Amino acid sequence: MIISLLTSVLSITLRAGTSLVYATVGEIYTERSGILNLGLEGMMLMGAVTAFATAYYSGSVGLGLVVALAVGAMLAAIHAFLTVTMRANQVVSGLSITLFGSGLASFLGQRLGPVSNNYYLVGMVGPKFTPIRIPWLSKIPVLGALFSQDILTYLVYLLVPLAWFYLYKTREGLNLRAVGENPQTADAMGINVTRTRYLYTVFGGMLAGLGGAHLSLAYTPGWTENLTGGRGWIVIALVIFAMWNPARAILGAILFGGINAVQFRIQAAGTTIPAEFLNMLPYLLTILVLIVMTWWEALSKRIGAPAALGNAYMREDK
Amino acid sequence: MNEVKTPILEMQGITKRFPGVLANDHVDLELYPGEVLALLGENGAGKSTLMNVLVGLYRPDEGEIYVRGKRAEIHSPKDAAALGIGMVHQNFMLVKTMTVAENIILGMSDLPFVPSMETVGKRITEISKRYNLQVDPNAYIWQLSVGEQQRVEILKLVYRGAEILILDEPTAVLTPQESHELAGVLKVMTDEGKSAIFITHKMEEVMEFSDWVRVLQHGKLVAVRRTQDTSPQELARLMVGREVLFRLDKAACTPTETILELQDVHADDDKGLPALRGLSLTIHGGEIVGIAGVAGNGQRQLSEVVTGLRRVTGGQVFIRRKDMTNQNPLSVIKAGVSHIPADRIGMGAVGNMAVSENLVMKGYREAPIVINGVLRPNRILEFAHKMIEMFRIATPTPQTRIKFLSGGNIQKAILAREIDACDGLLVAVYPSRGLDVGATESVRRMLLAQREEGMGVLLISEDLEELLTIADRIAVMFEGQIMGVVASDDADVETLGLMMAGVKREDLAVEIEDAVSTSTASS
Repeated sequence: MIISLLTSVLSITLRAGTSLVYATVGEIYTERSGILNLGLEGMMLMGAVTAFATAYYSGSVGLGLVVALAVGAMLAAIHAFLTVTMRANQVVSGLSITLFGSGLASFLGQRLGPVSNNYYLVGMVGPKFTPIRIPWLSKIPVLGALFSQDILTYLVYLLVPLAWFYLYKTREGLNLRAVGENPQTADAMGINVTRTRYLYTVFGGMLAGLGGAHLSLAYTPGWTENLTGGRGWIVIALVIFAMWNPARAILGAILFGGINAVQFRIQAAGTTIPAEFLNMLPYLLTILVLIVMTWWEALSKRIGAPAALGNAYMREDK
Repeated sequence: MNEVKTPILEMQGITKRFPGVLANDHVDLELYPGEVLALLGENGAGKSTLMNVLVGLYRPDEGEIYVRGKRAEIHSPKDAAALGIGMVHQNFMLVKTMTVAENIILGMSDLPFVPSMETVGKRITEISKRYNLQVDPNAYIWQLSVGEQQRVEILKLVYRGAEILILDEPTAVLTPQESHELAGVLKVMTDEGKSAIFITHKMEEVMEFSDWVRVLQHGKLVAVRRTQDTSPQELARLMVGREVLFRLDKAACTPTETILELQDVHADDDKGLPALRGLSLTIHGGEIVGIAGVAGNGQRQLSEVVTGLRRVTGGQVFIRRKDMTNQNPLSVIKAGVSHIPADRIGMGAVGNMAVSENLVMKGYREAPIVINGVLRPNRILEFAHKMIEMFRIATPTPQTRIKFLSGGNIQKAILAREIDACDGLLVAVYPSRGLDVGATESVRRMLLAQREEGMGVLLISEDLEELLTIADRIAVMFEGQIMGVVASDDADVETLGLMMAGVKREDLAVEIEDAVSTSTASS
């Protein structure tokens, strides 16, 4: 009994954490280049609605993923153009993209559906990613939950170590970190700051789109208004929680995914605690995490945000 | 030595315009292999701009560059590096949170995708031995002293195979002894056939380091000399365009009552690390006490402790015998302390506000500027006119936003405000930094005038010549402590240099006897 409970909590934790890991790793890379992308929420919602709509009509979840990646990339490219080329305020640009993305996603959700459903996507059932049980491994008590996930969750197992290795061990990772810390220096060392910032902002947007797609194609298949439930904002906090290190992103995602999972179980068990209170918990925790991290950062000083985060760069600025 | 050499580098007719400024006006430059060329000029003469053009950070509006006789198109630092040109910038181009080795290989394109830091470290150690540039490849930049950071910068260029090294005011952050070491490093490099361009505004360094000197003035090339055929006096005249007085007239010092007294003061820096470690100092009315030291040894924290901007963690601060330890800035201001901060635009003035508004930023609390809580615009203007005239601030109108003035005039406006409000102690931090000779001279005159008025002046400066010229006593700071206080008439550059490197004054007594008289600054 207890084993099956633990297995199910771990399983839901991983499923709930998957979209968070994708978006967090993406945002870590974006912020490492010195660009703050507050447009994540909008990018995730757009990724979710377009992925579901594509999969619904084409019957192919793979095609849905491709579209989500492309949509995330396009929105991020707008952000990169505004903040890198036009040197607009990164906070304002990011917020506009979130507002634009959420609005458009909601609009598309009411227009892309079939005639029979009054053009609404809400309530439609489409293809989805199903868990793939790995023989033998999935039979292990509790830890078997790690091996009965959908393909996107399996990819997370690969993505995180790769993202860590790339950032800390490769030439390109070194250059990326330098751009976010000190673009003047990076430029003087022959690194193309503009190209780097475009590249990783778009990369971050693609992963945000992918995270959104996981929600509408695997975690809670289908489309509903505000499907992400503020996950884009939690990711912003998770990046800080991870201290801009992709390896730590998994910890944060597990923590927040875990709260989701426990909350499911508590609700299922029937409790007097109102659902609204449980729904609020992840966000309350976000605030707590931010307070603790800021405090901790003040103590350790050295580990902090990339020094040039939020600053536009222009070579001939005096 | 009489063979005709071909230049390794030629710049012809380089012109660079910034909005409203002609930074370089058809400047020519030639550099020969195995030689050091000094580029001499005042601040704003266009030296750094010219070099930024050479390394591809700026695009010239006109002009051509030839490297090894071939026309070179340099669009980015990468192009420059490919031609063997590298620059040590005035503010170091280092990523503080990365290691020495990581900084050195940063941005290199002929690097494996997954570089082996071990191999890189070995090569760094090899090069640092050859040129006597000791540094630990695995240390983080933030752990290094400024002198060590400069070594990393030079290593970086050599590691990348630079044949032409550009050094932008490299000695500004070094003690006199460290400068001599740098000269030694350059010697090894030029003996190997590398060449260097050395930017400076100090005549003595031209004489010590270079084979050739080119003098820039207001963006124009005004003279080319062989170093052995010229003299510091001639260079000074060429640089400024007129004879320069090396000494200001100064009345004898007549110290009066004690104005400022610091007793065993301790304070932390922004990172919470100790910056002042048991510092004691006394300043009397009618004297200028200079603080010498390599930047970053607690000078800024000292000025902040005195002006109430930083809390002390131990010890006491007395102003006119009144305990002012950890009082807020307003009480300190009311006690008669004025402050000329190092960061003119950040801390000394509000760039987007009018000159007149900046001028009343201290007097606005009191009548006649404010009556019943309402500002009186006419009186502000009246006051501003008076100040502008008295301190000869060149501004189109009192309503002009102060950020549009030149550095020298912004500084004059800050001085005007602070001197007007000063009643006892004037704290001046790097007051002439970045100013041209004319503005520097008037700033120094104003400080001397305050001394005549009976005020105490705490002058923090990185320019030993300035301290020797106008201070009455010089205290040398090293790692948050005072290494010793000397009367400026008895001080020489050599002694001050040793103290700046952390030698206590009492340990010096014997060495002074046979110290070489290199103190050209007081000549």
